[in-house]
Amino acid sequence: MALEIIAGCVNCWACVSLCPHQAIIEAQPHFLIDPLRCTECVDAHATPQCAAICPVEGVIVDELGEPLNPPGSLSPPARVG
Amino acid sequence: MPTPATLNPTAPISGCASGRCGSSSQQLDELDASVTQRVQDHPCYSEEAHKYFARMHVAVAPACNIQCNYCNRKYDCSNESRPGVVSEVLTAAQAVKKTLAVAAAIPQMSVLGIAGPGDALANPERTFETFAGLSERAPDLKLCLSTNGLMLPQYVDKIADYHVDHVTITINCIDPDIGAQIYPWIFWNHRRVTGREASEILISQQQKGLEMLVARGILVKVNSVMIPGINDQHLKEVSRVVRAKGAFLHNVMPLISDPVHGTHFGLTGQRGPTQQELKALQDECAGDMNMMRHCQQCRADAVGMLGEDRGAEFTLEKVEAMQIDEHAAMGRRIALRAAINAELAEKRAARHATNAQVIALHRAAPAPGRAVRMAVASSTGAVIDTHFGHARFFHIIEVTADGVQALGTRAAAQYCGGEADCGEAENTLARTLASLADCEVMLCSRIGIEPWGKLEAAGIRPDGSHAMEAVAPAAQAVWQAMLESGQLADAPAHQRRA
Ligand code: SF4
Ligand code: SF4
Ligand code: SF4
Repeated sequence: MALEIIAGCVNCWACVSLCPHQAIIEAQPHFLIDPLRCTECVDAHATPQCAAICPVEGVIVDELGEPLNPPGSLSPPARVG
Repeated sequence: MPTPATLNPTAPISGCASGRCGSSSQQLDELDASVTQRVQDHPCYSEEAHKYFARMHVAVAPACNIQCNYCNRKYDCSNESRPGVVSEVLTAAQAVKKTLAVAAAIPQMSVLGIAGPGDALANPERTFETFAGLSERAPDLKLCLSTNGLMLPQYVDKIADYHVDHVTITINCIDPDIGAQIYPWIFWNHRRVTGREASEILISQQQKGLEMLVARGILVKVNSVMIPGINDQHLKEVSRVVRAKGAFLHNVMPLISDPVHGTHFGLTGQRGPTQQELKALQDECAGDMNMMRHCQQCRADAVGMLGEDRGAEFTLEKVEAMQIDEHAAMGRRIALRAAINAELAEKRAARHATNAQVIALHRAAPAPGRAVRMAVASSTGAVIDTHFGHARFFHIIEVTADGVQALGTRAAAQYCGGEADCGEAENTLARTLASLADCEVMLCSRIGIEPWGKLEAAGIRPDGSHAMEAVAPAAQAVWQAMLESGQLADAPAHQRRA
């Protein structure tokens, strides 16, 4: 059980210090998750921490390749007025 | 960290020559006297100082815990840096090394700031480790940080512990409905919070943090990004409220929303203000608040005098290769600062006609009175801001009718180190006294009754009555009082004793 960071990650570092298992690795062209360390946070938090702070839609995915922040989920709602 | 996109990358920038510099010297004269003294050698706050002193930012704080619609995190926080150029992210150890190298090469360096590239307080370990290293190795540098305010209340005590004396909070609104149009989400208590609720939390944390900093005597500047049609009218209210709560400066900056930066506002066609709109709002807020107008929206790794960026001279690689005498460099900085402050104090005095006359009269008289050597407990050499027992070094100055001359610094044997070394206290104080033996006066912000007696017994007169005053004029006033009471006719007391 592990999440994965895929292309589109902007190397912003936001997720790195939040991971309770130091599973996120600074790497080029984008950061990576060590699948042996990642527990999807089930043992520590209500939601995977990396996905809860990542500012980019679609770059953190589960084993089925489903994005935890799907398209549209992080965009601001349409302007009122 | 937290604000809009920056300088137009093609705009020529060069310190004061820059058309962006709209501040006036009058502006600082209007600030409280104590605040004036604290900001007078701060290049970002004092229009005068930014011609003489340099600042640098170290990019140790990459992560951010909120999202602003004017920011694209592919690049640095657009507030402080030029979109499209990603800062070299430094570890705390690298940042300390780089700062020491820059401060050795540029003796005008007076301020070290952490402004991102994300949020200083979303990276607390890296931020405070950097401050720890620098307060140890370059205690004369002022520390400052910029934050979006989300984590501020949690870290106020830590900020105070490191004697950080300037904090910038980006506050774009105090109304969560407006906030919801600026911040799509925040990361709070281990989860992502969106919409109006996100702004409610952010705003309440910012306001609480502001109040806590002010309560601890830490200077707070507020930055706001002017977003036409969203918060432009509201910023007058923001200005009024943050001022009422004790912020000392409000800096209204224009939204920059070039679509090429890929920000939400850029992509949705949200425009930035025109120069006229910005100026009009700054003027309106100025009625309520001292406004800062020469802000250059510097990069998160800016180095050098305001308006110049010498970052390229200090890449990691170059810094690694440099050999630095830290102690000598600190001495050079302190001496230069004292000289510049004396010059600035003179200019300020000249602006106030009555004062200028008084000074001219003293000058014109044939100068009686000998030179008096004084020790000053001051973190920067500019303001008497240090408790005698906390001083890690003393600035030694010589005062005559003609002015104040800096003679360098001397390390103190810091006797007030807490209970652990209490047994040692006697010895350490004696060592400090010995190192100041040639001084007649010791200027400090405060001093305990015990060391007071010992200093007097050693022929050094402690004087805490000029706390938080600028060194040069205070020393001059002390000298003048000694002259008038006839103490300057003979040789110094310690020489008579000898
Ligand atoms: S899901 Fe949790 S454990 Fe896995 S990488 Fe993300 S933060 Fe670390
Ligand atoms: S938070 Fe997202 S974009 Fe940022 S480094 Fe982590 S995976 Fe990449
Ligand atoms: S606070 Fe964060 S999201 Fe906002 S501008 Fe700064 S880095 Fe970007």
